[in-house]
Amino acid sequence: MTATTATTLSPTGLRFENIDKRYGGLLALRRVSLEIAPGECVALAGRNGSGKTTLLRVAARIVRPTAGKLSFPGAANEAATHHRPGYVGHSTMVYDELSAQENLILFAKLQNVPQPEARAEELLREVGLYERRGSLVRTFSRGMRQRIAIARALVHRPSVLLFDEPATGLDPLGIAWLAQSLGDVNRRGCTVLMSLHGESEISALATRAVRLDAGAVVGDTQTGASLRSILTFAGA
Amino acid sequence: MALFSNTATLLGKELRTEFRSRELLTTTVVFILVVLILFSFAINPTSEESREYGPGLLWLAILFAASLMLQPCFLREQGNDTLSSLRLAVDDPFAIFLAKLIANTLFLLLTELLMLPLFAAFYNIPILPKLHYLLLVLFLGSFGISVVGTALSAISAQARMRELLLPLLLLPLLTPVLVVSATVSVSLLDREPVIQWKGIAFLAVFDLVFLTALWIFGEYLLEE
Amino acid sequence: MLKRMLLGAVAILLVIAATYGSFYVAPTERTMGLIQRIFYFHVASAWAAMDAFAVCFVCNLLYVWKRNAKFDWLAVSSAEVGLVLTTVVLITGPIWAHPVWGIWWTWDARLTSTFVLWLLYVSYLLLRTLIEEPDRKALLSSLFGIFAFLDVPLVFGAIRWWRTQHPSPVIMGGPGSGLEPTMKKVLFFFVFAMHVFALFLIVERYVLEKLKNDVDVLQREAEA
Repeated sequence: MTATTATTLSPTGLRFENIDKRYGGLLALRRVSLEIAPGECVALAGRNGSGKTTLLRVAARIVRPTAGKLSFPGAANEAATHHRPGYVGHSTMVYDELSAQENLILFAKLQNVPQPEARAEELLREVGLYERRGSLVRTFSRGMRQRIAIARALVHRPSVLLFDEPATGLDPLGIAWLAQSLGDVNRRGCTVLMSLHGESEISALATRAVRLDAGAVVGDTQTGASLRSILTFAGA
Repeated sequence: MALFSNTATLLGKELRTEFRSRELLTTTVVFILVVLILFSFAINPTSEESREYGPGLLWLAILFAASLMLQPCFLREQGNDTLSSLRLAVDDPFAIFLAKLIANTLFLLLTELLMLPLFAAFYNIPILPKLHYLLLVLFLGSFGISVVGTALSAISAQARMRELLLPLLLLPLLTPVLVVSATVSVSLLDREPVIQWKGIAFLAVFDLVFLTALWIFGEYLLEE
Repeated sequence: MLKRMLLGAVAILLVIAATYGSFYVAPTERTMGLIQRIFYFHVASAWAAMDAFAVCFVCNLLYVWKRNAKFDWLAVSSAEVGLVLTTVVLITGPIWAHPVWGIWWTWDARLTSTFVLWLLYVSYLLLRTLIEEPDRKALLSSLFGIFAFLDVPLVFGAIRWWRTQHPSPVIMGGPGSGLEPTMKKVLFFFVFAMHVFALFLIVERYVLEKLKNDVDVLQREAEA
């Protein structure tokens, strides 16, 4: 079985059905059911520990839910096992001892991206790291690390992008760049689910916001709550 | 096949990372050297005894070295959560294990090859006559150590006291490898060398059993 | 509750009866005399231990497949009981060996393999104490348990075929080999009694584990 590596995006949504995640006696996610339509840009808000990271990691299929079902409606094959979202987490998820270019080529090759070297070069230019392509990631600043992390997530042109607190470590210039990039990616048809704290240039991109508290969905702009109310209660 | 190409790509990554710093290789080589020397201080081998005990001590040294060398295997994937990006990127998680265990086998073999001349000198054991068979035993033994060690380092990376835990988990499991490799090596390096094909077959079976077990259960070792 | 008490009573009675049998019913062995009577207890414990570990193995597999915590509770219970019984084997071995051969330990193939078995399951239990999160603990220890059990035949094989170079006293000439009919009956009765006793211990330990789990759940709910 090979996963889809479409060079043209087929609009794909994200569906959580009664997702539970238990760690010992603690329920990090409680019966989370959420349907995200293809092309939506959804902001996930909530206090620290509300389950945002866990939900994103479940969607990325890094964490296996204790109960419930994950699927990707709209994809060529909806089953979760065939799909590979782009995921940017708290860590860069790239190798410090390899160069930016080597990292991207590695992940491109693993995911059967055609012409991996060309794709890596293309991405490096997009995220503004082309000049430092030969430097080891270990030498990168925080902002540069975030950029390489984003590049890695996008290497296989995913139709779903998952972002855990994307603005972390970015200065205002970086945030502006990120907002533009995310906007571009979303406009190209990529579905975005990102966790945020508060309002910003990034949150302005969201077409919808959902709030989590203690692992459960407690607010959704789709059901009438205002974007602001969802986002601003999310202060740490 | 996707599994093999992924494995090859990841193997390239493992080798490139290691050969850039060479920290693992150098520390392992030095460690085996130290252990071999210490053994000779503790036991004081004469020429005849050396032939009988030497190979066993060599394998002991390899085991100890391996239990240290295998520690960073999955630990180094934790710092930047690269294990998650690997799991995301590959279709079959077995590729991750396969790449690591091949790399570990190669590293072990490399250190053993570097050590062999020194071992032959310290313990006065001529190794050239049956070198090709000795290499076969070294390969099968090292492969077995790597398969089990790679699997267990994935476990110990998720527990506390991992530096002590890995040897504790690993060494009892590897007793068959130690016993058979040492015995086969002794008879290979004897004055009248004998090739124990039964032992070599046993090592191959050991390797196969655990490679299969890792293939079946590997994905659960990486689960979150 | 009542059923457990009944099981316990039956188990203890059986063991007492079996002990009586080994001292008063079984004839005295020709060469070894009184001390040989410990053989029945020794062998019975060994069989019960192996079966306990087999139960552990099956539970490990079932847990990885079904993820039901009860399998993990049963696994740890049978592993602990198996370990206790194995300790009995390792202690009664020397107790037998010393009066008969004048040595405390004999590198008899079976005893040596039993020692490695003991180490493996000690590692299994130790691993569990070093992982806090219950689901992780259950999964990782189950995977190690599977590897350990797969190793057992390899350990016994390796030691039996390659470690009995030096002639060593054989602790038992194999259960049932050259045994008088009465001795056989006493032995099988003891084996049966030890199995029932092991079952009783496993059940009690299982209940304890379940209670521990219930307390943990209540505690977490109270804190939340």
